[in-house]
Amino acid sequence: MDKVKEFKVVNKSVDKIDSMQLALGKPSFVADLVPEDALIIKMLGSPHSHARITSIDTSAAEAMPGVHCVLCHENSPRHLHLTAGQGYPEPSPYDTAVFDYKVRHVGDRVAAVAAETAEIAEAALEKIEVEYEVLEPVLSIEEALRDGSPVIHDEPDVSHPLPVPFQPEKNIVSEVGMKEGDLDHEMETADYTFDHFYETPYAQHVPIETHVSFAYLDAADRVVIVTSTQVPFHCRRIVAQALGMDVKKFRVIKPRIGGGFGSKQEMLLEDVCALMALRTRRCCFWQLTREENFRYGRTRHPINFRLRTAMTAEGVLTGIGMEAVCNTGAYGGHGLPVVGCCGSKVLPLYRWKHIDFDAKVVYTNLPVGGAYRGFGATQAYFALESQLDEMGHAIGMDPVEMRLKNHIQEGEGSPVFAALGEGKAGVEMTIGSCGLSECIKLGAEEIGWGRRTLPEEKTGRYRRGLGLATLMQGSSIPEIDMGAASIKMNEDGSFNLLFGATDLGTGADTVLAQIAAEELGTTVDMMLVYACDTDLTPFDVGAYASSTTYLSGEAVRKAAAKVKAQILGVAAEMMNKPIDELTVRDANVVAADGSEVTFSAVAVYSLYERNQFQIMDVASHITHKSPPPFSAHYVDVVVDTFTGKVKVEKYVAAIDCGTAINPKLAEGQTEGAVMNGVSYAICEEYLFDSKGRMTNANMQDYHIHSLRDKPKIKTILVPSYEDTGPFGAKSVSEISINGAAPAIGNAIFNATGARLRRFPFTPERVWRAIREQSTVPSPSPEAVLSI
Amino acid sequence: MKRKINVEVNGEAHEREVEPRTLLVHFLREELGLTGTNVGCETSLCGACTVWLDGLAVKSCTQLAVQADGLSVTTIEGLSGNGRMHPLQEAFWEEHGLQCGYCTPGMVMAGAKLLEADPDPEEADIRAALKGNLCRCTGYHNIVRAVRRAAEGGS
Repeated sequence: MDKVKEFKVVNKSVDKIDSMQLALGKPSFVADLVPEDALIIKMLGSPHSHARITSIDTSAAEAMPGVHCVLCHENSPRHLHLTAGQGYPEPSPYDTAVFDYKVRHVGDRVAAVAAETAEIAEAALEKIEVEYEVLEPVLSIEEALRDGSPVIHDEPDVSHPLPVPFQPEKNIVSEVGMKEGDLDHEMETADYTFDHFYETPYAQHVPIETHVSFAYLDAADRVVIVTSTQVPFHCRRIVAQALGMDVKKFRVIKPRIGGGFGSKQEMLLEDVCALMALRTRRCCFWQLTREENFRYGRTRHPINFRLRTAMTAEGVLTGIGMEAVCNTGAYGGHGLPVVGCCGSKVLPLYRWKHIDFDAKVVYTNLPVGGAYRGFGATQAYFALESQLDEMGHAIGMDPVEMRLKNHIQEGEGSPVFAALGEGKAGVEMTIGSCGLSECIKLGAEEIGWGRRTLPEEKTGRYRRGLGLATLMQGSSIPEIDMGAASIKMNEDGSFNLLFGATDLGTGADTVLAQIAAEELGTTVDMMLVYACDTDLTPFDVGAYASSTTYLSGEAVRKAAAKVKAQILGVAAEMMNKPIDELTVRDANVVAADGSEVTFSAVAVYSLYERNQFQIMDVASHITHKSPPPFSAHYVDVVVDTFTGKVKVEKYVAAIDCGTAINPKLAEGQTEGAVMNGVSYAICEEYLFDSKGRMTNANMQDYHIHSLRDKPKIKTILVPSYEDTGPFGAKSVSEISINGAAPAIGNAIFNATGARLRRFPFTPERVWRAIREQSTVPSPSPEAVLSI
Repeated sequence: MKRKINVEVNGEAHEREVEPRTLLVHFLREELGLTGTNVGCETSLCGACTVWLDGLAVKSCTQLAVQADGLSVTTIEGLSGNGRMHPLQEAFWEEHGLQCGYCTPGMVMAGAKLLEADPDPEEADIRAALKGNLCRCTGYHNIVRAVRRAAEGGS
């Protein structure tokens, strides 16, 4: 590929191609497309964290007028599978039945009803008689690992498709680790060592559209599933597996997705919709309520860390030991890949010589962990970047200098890349592009880092602090994930661009259209994008692992290059000129002598005039590396030391995502991820009662940040060029959610001298930390009364 | 026991029989097929379902259809007309004020109501007016810019 950095379409902020229809409120989402006569599905969720269903009587519900089908474990197929959408065979256990005789968390599936109306379905749920043998629940990582703890997955048919250490009898989903050098020795001999524990909370994506799907039988009796999914092809495969049927029986269509952030990398409703459609021969529609979405939808895995580090007196980082225990909740889901990313996306950021990584995933009777933007890196960066701040503070080294001195550079590798993959070894890699130093410098300038003072220099009730975190992520899963695209030319010179990749609001359809238009020498408005429909579009693993631009984008570029070659071939025949004298420009084929034919003329010729054929091609792409984007995040916060309230005033994210295919969309990805990260860091957390029941399963008590809470956000795109990506691009979507928790935690320390190793940084938690750790004086009673 | 209601929606009169418990948003989506108004939380907290009821921006997931009897309703579909987009819809498109677009109709209805009352709102006014409309994609950054752009274009 030519390293052309002057682009016509790429690296331009063209308008998002679906924005107009969405701004006008046109029917776009799954719920907008449901046929009027669809049956409504409602689910009976478990009231218990851990119980065996000893009897279930659905006869009264079935007898109700308007009820068409009631499903439970007694009348549904049992083929244990995995709901997480991943490459096949998956690095995760087959531990889920369509309906099971055991429930493993509050809100777990017990039964479902399809009825003429939602009211009838809800009334029918109340008529289902269930008797439970309530079992002792496992409600923490510690309880899960205790000898003699209740076994959550004691079903005899549970299995794992890959040879990983799966020990359900010990509530262990998996373990993964690596060693490099001699950390124990380094910890004994290094100038400075650190050893602390960190915890991250249960949190959720909270897309504004909850999970939603419907299914119906087409005229040939195939099951068509219309669903809000990030992984249409995985969804098709998993539904077939769960129901014990052939893949060819199913067609999955993804319209617009109302937000995903990883939550919809899951087959959550589609098996039930399909089975209901098969049983009733009616269209069956299911949308989760917001409460169900909290209880039954997926979450960010809470992870407990012990982090040990070593460095020289000069601030050279030498050793790191990360122990991570990940709570995946009731089902194995994405547990192993998530905890693997705690290592693979985090440890290589600095040049450690001695590395111990030791991670475990455990089952509990709590909500199920899933894929969530950041995917393990978010949790691990909280531990790493918090500790790095402590290390710098211990030797009086500025956090900026600390990072500039130690971060990975272009041309360097890390033993971590080869050691950690997805359920198997990873892929060796050297860094091809890294703009991190520039990110760090530009971010520092933008936030005004020069005015930063030390905690002990501050006075007064309101204390300002500045904090920094640096980050990397990846772009796709190398040697595993594949994306494909097809392009077909029409007689007006337009092109149908079809791919399996899924735009979940990110603007991927626009970005992929830009890549195709750039390669073809035309404009975005001539690209007719359609995605995704498993009957029509080529395969793609779907939207995850920061892969769409880098992986699917290169598939699109390759398909466009093949179509371009066909166009030039036809034009050569038309113009009677050698093909190597021809190029494409502004939707024309141009010869060396300046003569030209339009794309439209080429298409008309190829379709109607001579030697007719369809100008069309398909290309697939796999990647051999996962080039990291890099980023430096700075925050400016004010802490009210009387109340513990933290206000984030300004947030700067400087990011190297290679060539930004669409700078405005890349900034949008960054701003959205930053805001989500700030909300997660400041206030988001699942709360549970003593029985494991979530007590804040609504948007009032589980607050996500509104416009009222928004800090000033400044995004700085720092260009670099990744040779292996389409037109130099790397990923941008996930990385920027990772910075808020550590950067804000570091800023709170800078403001108050109090170090919080657990978030969200709620007023109570911050207030206690200040009282316990710092010398900030307590307010006088008079001052408190005056608040 | 169904009740008869007369509602003017986007300038068109509708007479319908509805259950007293039918929510306004369900009446709009299911009875009239106006699916632009979305449901996100069913509890007035996310604002995806914002419409205008008798000239006020309300959350239609916690209004009953019978409460709209005799009143006029404007939805996102009614905001544009005669081949013209509302300036705020145009601004959302141009400023990249939406990503997934699920919150957008509610955001636009709340924002357009703000612009009606205050054609030149400061950022603080925009924050106050839209604080009841949640967006998880954009970080709100370009939503504020879109409202400002519509204000500047309109003045």
